[in-house]
Amino acid sequence: MIFVTVGTDLPFDRLVKVIDEWAGETGRKDIFAQIGETEWRPRHLAYSKFLEPPEFVRNFSQATTIVAHAGMGTILSALRYEKPILVMPRRASLGEQRNEHQLATAKRLSDMGKITVAFDEAELRRCLDDLGRLQPREKIGPHASSSLVKGLKDFIHTGRHPAKPGDQPPFPA
Amino acid sequence: MSTIPTGRRIRLAAISSGGGHWVQLQRLRPAFSDCDVTFLTVKEGYRADVGDCEFRVIPDANRSNKFKLLRTALVVFWQLFRLRPDVVISTGAAPGYFGIRAGKLLGARTIWVDSVANVETLSMSGHRVRPYADLWLTQWPHLAGPEGPFHTGSVL
Repeated sequence: MIFVTVGTDLPFDRLVKVIDEWAGETGRKDIFAQIGETEWRPRHLAYSKFLEPPEFVRNFSQATTIVAHAGMGTILSALRYEKPILVMPRRASLGEQRNEHQLATAKRLSDMGKITVAFDEAELRRCLDDLGRLQPREKIGPHASSSLVKGLKDFIHTGRHPAKPGDQPPFPA
Repeated sequence: MSTIPTGRRIRLAAISSGGGHWVQLQRLRPAFSDCDVTFLTVKEGYRADVGDCEFRVIPDANRSNKFKLLRTALVVFWQLFRLRPDVVISTGAAPGYFGIRAGKLLGARTIWVDSVANVETLSMSGHRVRPYADLWLTQWPHLAGPEGPFHTGSVL
């Protein structure tokens, strides 16, 4: 099953429309899409505007492949649960996001080998045709990097700044 | 920055909006072990993620709606006033910004972990929260500077 998810704040018609048309042409039936505020009404896909977190998790875990906007929650979940993921970033210039951070995130994570990215509709269409060959990337663990966790834990308990070790904690010994 | 009395567990409030901010906040949880944690976020459906920890729902908002922002600010301030946390930590966005402001006002130790999604520049909340965050972190080494934001790792 292909699980499509585009987040909730703003429409993302470009992504949903390409997948809908692709599903129509290829006859693929095993697609479910969470489309948020997208105005395009899919004709060839099962879809829902929003999913409550438990439903989201269920769809995510049943999916063999994820196709999504470049949302960090979806990307982190795909890496953690070893799901192949194809991403198309939302563009602020097209009213799909409030700033261009998804474009920057997608480029950086693609360079790091974490995700496969389609930067426009034509590329998305090509990637969908190759979807069967999409592989999961290196699995991440359940938690943040140990250096971040340790830095936070120290600061929570002692007030010692992890990046300014010379600073004295603001309490009496 | 506050001093925490010894001999009792630290009260920690962990606050974020939904989606990626919430997923990232969850990935920091080992840092909160040994604390009494209250999670504050924008969807009741996330309650199942926190196990036995305390959980509060706050209204979501972003900068495109000033009325909702004000409502979120008031609810966050009120919730934190009642919780009296020793530490407030957030991964963003707008609700987290108000959480850090409220925490600072209430004398808590405050931690901002800017979202890993902000690769080229800190988020707007991340920039604005700077004066109120005792620990001000980015998850990208190339965004770190000697005066902050600082980098000690990432959720990846």
